[in-house]
Amino acid sequence: MWDKLNELVSSPHYVNSIPFIWQGMQLTMIVTFTGFFFGFIIGSLVGLMRISKNKIIYGIATVYIELVRGTPILVQALFLYFAVSDFFGINFDALTAGIIAIAINAGAYIAEIVRGGVESVDKGQMEAGRSVGMTSTQTMRYIIWPQAFRRMIPPLGNQFIISLKDTSIFAVISLGEMTYIMRQYVSTTGEPFVPYIMLCLGYLIITVPSMVILRRVERRLDV
Amino acid sequence: MIKVMDLHKSFGSTEVLKGIDAFVEEKEVVCVIGPSGSGKSTFLRCLNMLEEITDGDVEIDGVRLMDPKTDINKLRAQVGMVFQHFNLFPHKTVMENITIGPVKVSGISQEDANARAKGLLEKVGLGDKADVYPGSLSGGQKQRVAIARALAMNPKVMLFDEPTSALDPELVGDVLEVMKDLAREGMTMVVVTHEMGFAREMGDRVLFMDQGIIMEEGKPVDLFDNPQNERTQEFLSKIL
Ligand SMILES: Nc1ncnc2c1ncn2[C@@H]1O[C@H](COP(=O)(O)OP(=O)(O)OP(=O)(O)O)[C@@H](O)[C@H]1O
Ligand SMILES: [Mg+2]
Repeated sequence: MWDKLNELVSSPHYVNSIPFIWQGMQLTMIVTFTGFFFGFIIGSLVGLMRISKNKIIYGIATVYIELVRGTPILVQALFLYFAVSDFFGINFDALTAGIIAIAINAGAYIAEIVRGGVESVDKGQMEAGRSVGMTSTQTMRYIIWPQAFRRMIPPLGNQFIISLKDTSIFAVISLGEMTYIMRQYVSTTGEPFVPYIMLCLGYLIITVPSMVILRRVERRLDV
Repeated sequence: MIKVMDLHKSFGSTEVLKGIDAFVEEKEVVCVIGPSGSGKSTFLRCLNMLEEITDGDVEIDGVRLMDPKTDINKLRAQVGMVFQHFNLFPHKTVMENITIGPVKVSGISQEDANARAKGLLEKVGLGDKADVYPGSLSGGQKQRVAIARALAMNPKVMLFDEPTSALDPELVGDVLEVMKDLAREGMTMVVVTHEMGFAREMGDRVLFMDQGIIMEEGKPVDLFDNPQNERTQEFLSKIL
């Protein structure tokens, strides 16, 4: 027992794994930020489609959201990377597939966040905007959206952290993000304990500051 | 200025307005009274198409709302609306609340709009509140900003939907004072109100609405002191 502990404390893997963590973290961040960025665009559009009175537009948005929310992201990634590329003969690399998977997946959840945010704004705001002569697009842009967006920030932050953690499943499509790299590290060195602790730390280094920032922003928006 | 022709409005299968004919002359102040649920708000909201008209038509300054060629946004810009719950834009300063219409709709420069907004704020007695957010204003102040916001578009008509009924009693006076000033300046106004004092003093005509129709109309003195319709008598006896 004592030996084990001693071995753990003096393990060379703390230092040795850092370059690998760093390498994987870069890809994790690229996939998360880029995927989330496009996910936000998709989510905003689809979220607004969900508020549409047009049944077809509403229907398309609903089907998309339910398809994504009803299936695991792991399956979505496998489908995209292996099935879609095979079927259409498009050969995208793991990075592109990962970004698309995050975008599509986060997009569906963000769409619901957007819908909720916009619907939470009092109906009187749209009426007031319209009654000074603004079009519904102008009123959405200048009046509704800014108010809705403030309320969307906390759930968007949550979704960001979820998406970040979701990237770890891209190991299955051999995307060299943090988890994939550390799995390789473990299988080469045969030592799981310390490397996986380092992997956890790798995620926490991103998520903890994100949550702190988020809480600050939330508090500021409250006032 | 306004002509309402056999106006019908249904929500689903319930008919709320059952054929309203009315008119408002230029510079006239018309007050609309009636029991809760009689359709007063719906009537007012049909006048600037916040509610879709089911049947009939409304003509404002010669423009028919139901005419497919009518640009409804342009028309709304000429019809000021003041709501019971103010509906100010909480994320914008008082100044921005007032200037957003002129800038985004009429294409006036921000400087010109600001200058005009300053004047309007003076007029409603809030010259020192230009840079605060609506959240820090009292109800009465909010409503006066809302009136200034509507006036900023240089409307031909102002519609008021119970502008004072969400206010604490001691704040009602300031808002009514602003409305009286407007009326004296010759603004054409349609005012849904429970303030019988205001209707009596400023109204050129009063419409009594009940169950989706105009039951009775007349000069305030006649309608208040000598109501003909039984429903009007009953309503007035309850509130006076
Ligand atoms: N959007 C809506 N959908 C369905 N029914 C509605 C809607 N708006 C109003 N109504 C109904 O229409 C009727 C008239 O409502 P309206 O608000 O015009 O009355 P009002 O005379 O303004 O009453 P109050 O004095 O309480 O403001 C009410 O029975 C109301 O329930
Ligand atoms: Mg009403």
